Amino acid sequence: MERKTMSRWFWVWQFEKEEEWLNEMAASGWVLESVGFCRYTFVRCNPGEYTVRTEMHPYDDNYVRFMEETGAEYIGRMMMWIYFRKKTEDGVFDLYSDIDSKISHLDRIGKVLTGIGGANLIIGVVNSLNPGARLGWINLLCATLLMYGLGRIHGKKEALEKERELHE
Amino acid sequence: MPGTPALTEATYYILLSLYSPRHGYGIMQQTEELSSGRVRLAAGTLYGALNTLCDKGWIVLKTMDEDSRRKEYLLTDKGRQVLINEVKRLKELARNGEMILGEEF
Repeated sequence: MERKTMSRWFWVWQFEKEEEWLNEMAASGWVLESVGFCRYTFVRCNPGEYTVRTEMHPYDDNYVRFMEETGAEYIGRMMMWIYFRKKTEDGVFDLYSDIDSKISHLDRIGKVLTGIGGANLIIGVVNSLNPGARLGWINLLCATLLMYGLGRIHGKKEALEKERELHE
Repeated sequence: MPGTPALTEATYYILLSLYSPRHGYGIMQQTEELSSGRVRLAAGTLYGALNTLCDKGWIVLKTMDEDSRRKEYLLTDKGRQVLINEVKRLKELARNGEMILGEEF
């Protein structure tokens, strides 16, 4: 089977863009086969044969089994992100079908960003106050970036909440 | 019944589908069939909802399906009552809509 590996970087708030790219690849005859850190391995498929979806989901065997029961194929996971694909002929493939569950997904992402960002902030401040440690700025930079990400995720959430005022 | 919050469409159809025992994929199929293809439950949405509904005691994990080893769920008495109240609420909504827009149908 013909394969190719590509490197791509996506920020956490670009997960929809990442998914879009993976589906463009599938539409052009390359479907995701495995994921690594910023590395995506594709295998030849018929153009448009698959739909690919990704989401942040804590490690949960039951969830993977549940998805497989509904006809989805587990591709793999990279840290907190999990990847699935499903044959297009088996029907429309989405992970979330209503606003509430899309919001809970964003909440999940927000919680992780808050946790890691908060830890970096504390370590950064402690290290900056300690004259012996010189690398506190790295943690502060990470914290700033994570807080920026949190802001972007929050913006997406607000847009959905506004929509929910009118319908579900 | 007064003040009972409205159910989401997803919750409503999940509860309705579980009037008979079904596994996850069965719920998705039943929902699509009942709504003539209008309502499609995505698997991630369904998984979250099933866990919440179990916690609330509106549905219960019945048994493992012997052959496929898939988990089956079933509506509880509490869930049935919630569903009955919701149908009453929906009837009221439909009645009021028809009363005011009556001539337009």
